[in-house]
Amino acid sequence: MSDRETVISCRNAWKLFGDNPKKFFASMSGSESFDDIRRAGYIAGVRDVSVDVGRGEMLVIMGLSGSGKSTLVRCFSRLHDITTGTITVEGDDIGAMSERELIALRRSKMGMVFQSFGLLPHRTVLDNIAFPLEMRGQDRHDRRKRAMEVIELVGLSGREDYFPRELSGGQQQRVGIARSLAIEPDIWFLDEPFSALDPLIRREMQDEFLRLQQMLSKTIVFITHDFDEALRLADRIAIMKDGAIEQCDTPDQIVLNPATPYVRKFTEDIEKSRVVHAGVLSRPLNGAAPEGEPVQASATIQQLARQLVNDAREDLPVADADGALVGVLNRQQALDVLLGDA
Amino acid sequence: MADVTADIEDTKNGLSSTRVAQILLVAAVLLAAARPVLPEFMIRVPEAWIPPFAQWLDYFFNVIVIEKLKIAVLTRWFAEGPLEFMLNTMANLLEGKRRWPFLGPVPWTAVAAVAAVVGYYLGGWRMAALAGGTFIWTALIGQWKIAMQTMSVLSVAAPLAFFTGLLLGITAWKWELVNRIIKPVLSVLQTLPFFTYLLPAVIFFKVGPTAGAVATIVYAIPPMILMTTLGLKKVSPEVVEAGKMAGCTRWQMLTRVYLPAARTEILVGVNQVIMLCLAMVVLTAFIGMPGLGAKLLAMMGSFKLGRSFEIGVTIVLLAVMLDRLSKAWVVKLPEHHEKGTPWWKEHVVLLTAIGAFVVFLALAQFVQVFDHIGRKQDFSRGKEIDTAIKGFLAIDTVQAFTGWWRWFLNVWILIPFRNGLLWIPTPAFILGIVAFSCWLGGKRPAIYAALFFSLVALSGWWDRSVITLYAVISAVILSMFIGLPLGILASRNERWSRRILLACDTAQTFPSFIYLIPAIMLFGVNDVAVIFSIVIFTTVPLTRYTIEGLRTVPPEMTEAADMSGATKRQKLLTVQLPLALPTMAVGFNQAIMFAFFMVIIAAFIGTQDLGQELQRTLAGTDLGKNFVLGICVSLMALSFDLTILSWAERRKRALGLA
Repeated sequence: MSDRETVISCRNAWKLFGDNPKKFFASMSGSESFDDIRRAGYIAGVRDVSVDVGRGEMLVIMGLSGSGKSTLVRCFSRLHDITTGTITVEGDDIGAMSERELIALRRSKMGMVFQSFGLLPHRTVLDNIAFPLEMRGQDRHDRRKRAMEVIELVGLSGREDYFPRELSGGQQQRVGIARSLAIEPDIWFLDEPFSALDPLIRREMQDEFLRLQQMLSKTIVFITHDFDEALRLADRIAIMKDGAIEQCDTPDQIVLNPATPYVRKFTEDIEKSRVVHAGVLSRPLNGAAPEGEPVQASATIQQLARQLVNDAREDLPVADADGALVGVLNRQQALDVLLGDA
Repeated sequence: MADVTADIEDTKNGLSSTRVAQILLVAAVLLAAARPVLPEFMIRVPEAWIPPFAQWLDYFFNVIVIEKLKIAVLTRWFAEGPLEFMLNTMANLLEGKRRWPFLGPVPWTAVAAVAAVVGYYLGGWRMAALAGGTFIWTALIGQWKIAMQTMSVLSVAAPLAFFTGLLLGITAWKWELVNRIIKPVLSVLQTLPFFTYLLPAVIFFKVGPTAGAVATIVYAIPPMILMTTLGLKKVSPEVVEAGKMAGCTRWQMLTRVYLPAARTEILVGVNQVIMLCLAMVVLTAFIGMPGLGAKLLAMMGSFKLGRSFEIGVTIVLLAVMLDRLSKAWVVKLPEHHEKGTPWWKEHVVLLTAIGAFVVFLALAQFVQVFDHIGRKQDFSRGKEIDTAIKGFLAIDTVQAFTGWWRWFLNVWILIPFRNGLLWIPTPAFILGIVAFSCWLGGKRPAIYAALFFSLVALSGWWDRSVITLYAVISAVILSMFIGLPLGILASRNERWSRRILLACDTAQTFPSFIYLIPAIMLFGVNDVAVIFSIVIFTTVPLTRYTIEGLRTVPPEMTEAADMSGATKRQKLLTVQLPLALPTMAVGFNQAIMFAFFMVIIAAFIGTQDLGQELQRTLAGTDLGKNFVLGICVSLMALSFDLTILSWAERRKRALGLA
């Protein structure tokens, strides 16, 4: 993502849990595995992670429970202090910030959505959503106005006087989302926001979330343990295991070229044709000019399935949204992906 | 399982605790058997060896605390200044004491009406009837004034205890060091007999209602601290993180996130504060606090059973009302109003309360009975009830029945048991206790038991301590014969267990003083009455936790037993009871703590134990002796507390229930 300005930059971050993590880290040789560290009485929440998040990008961090994904996102917002390494947000090292600066950063730039919503049970929907505004001392009238705007945005109009316990899970998470958006943050953290919801509602909320993101284009770090969800939403996916990032790449690349056996196991059951786009699979033109109707670079192989089976050409031209040719798609290769032999 | 894992742990560092317990027990038995040949100093600690704890403490309090540090100046200033001012204000409003603001007394009808509206708001018509009805009864029975004396102290003590407890709770939660210091202090405070609260209160805070209020406040603070820390610790981490991400400062975190989110626990704390305050306010009669307690004390002292009974009913009604209302407040959650609700409708309860208050205030100006019930107007039937009760007790069969029990318990159980315990040489007694503690709770509680009981032996009050212990043990054993079968029977049936649990919960809200009334009625003033009052008092927690333990056995386990073809009896003995035991142990522990509490109060009937001595110190300024006696009770209670809870804890962990 070199074309985007970096918003969050994380360099060699470690987060160890235990009695005296700093001292233990100093005594480490660097080659210890997760289990070695555990035997020494420490838990490696985050293990030597380096990753960048670009402006407007949606990075999905994905892994099984206990893989450190929630810990990592809490390090980005300094809900956890990292043991070593640096994390900068818009160029400022958050580890070096004073409490006052940190509060100012969170009040102006960051929003976060939690798995079990984290709503304040004694406040109405309206007061929950206005809470961050209240904390930064906005006056009552402004607070109310802004809160009503986001309530409308997430489709909760008419329920602003309800208490959290009077709402369904999906509605509660809408409140959580609205609250995180109230201060118009640039950076949006979502920690398994839809995991506590049942599958139908989850799907609906994902659509809703994509709609919001298209309107707002925030910089997003999204956590999930659901691979389908990750594939559906992500610009890039970072797969974590035992606190370390195994691979961080676009969904297409993760499916096509898994970097480690662990990632391969993850992607095995995925229907690749639904993930891989024609544009990714195509090879450069190199002067060649294949004939006939081009296929869209942004189409998935599955969407092209009928054409791939019926078309007799060996190579298909691939065009971008403007109709300009960008590459050549080998039909056999695409069919292999479609049939799962790739 | 528990024993296995515990043993494995223990064998790593030497002998298993069971083995240690056996060795200790053998040693104890040998020592006891050798009593005839033991030298005198092995039977009782000789007077000469006893360190003058009382004098040391007296020196500490009188010279250091009072003279050098001038603490008493500060405390007396508080007692005579702000505290007395608050007490007088409330006393003026509720019972018409001639003090600022010279407005009271508020007519009883106005109080009852407001109470009913509050009851309705918190819990619907039933609560309204309970709240209103309690005050109507109190007025009509002719006890309004004394009840209001009690309530005015309560209404000052409870809020003060609440705020102090809340502040200390927050401090203990925030700073681990404070928590570490406060925890053991709290467990001692919770086992300290209430007489020990009274004397320092008198010395540091002036005689009369002020001292009573202080003792009440101090007594009610510990559970508030515990509930506050518990509530704050339980706040969900995501709610905390949501607060942090919203950019809360530390102060905002505490006031806007933590405290509101811990609302339930804090309100449970409020409930406990109110109940303990009521129990204590009644007991402060012993240092001359006027009110329901003083009246009850006087009536029981002159054996006026009818009036005692009526006062007892008032106290019980007040207790039940305060308990139910505050519990209803715990579960009462805010609800939203539909859009466009007019202003008056949103505040309809408040407006009704104000309206009712004003109406009855006005009515009382013109109609005397609405203002107060005059001397000859009350419906008290003290004399009639008195005659009825005494007539009933005079019936031959009843007299034969109580007479026989009194004789049987005294001659065959209590006196032999007591003499037996007193016969055992002190070292053997201590060894026996330590063996018990080691076998049940493991090595750590055993070490504490050894230390604590040795201190008791060195206090110079050994015989009286043993008599105290004798009353506690015999009462708890007797109440097991009632409580356990009752609990087991009740737990078989959903409806019955709910009824009995409700009865137990209600009974637990009664101030302990109440339990003396039936005891005195049935058995008169003697040892059996003491044991009997403790037995009723301790049966309650035993029954309650037996039901709770049995009913919380996971259903899949009883289902597994059913599918294995177990009979009801087999299921009870092999599945339900073993799984319920840790919970039942908590009830057992509570029963012992209650017994220690009650046996001291029973000093009023005339006992020969520590309580009697304690009560005597109240008349003077023997602060040192008072403390030594109080600590003796506390140390014995703590030994049992540590042992039983340690067992329950280990057992629960072994069963995977915790």
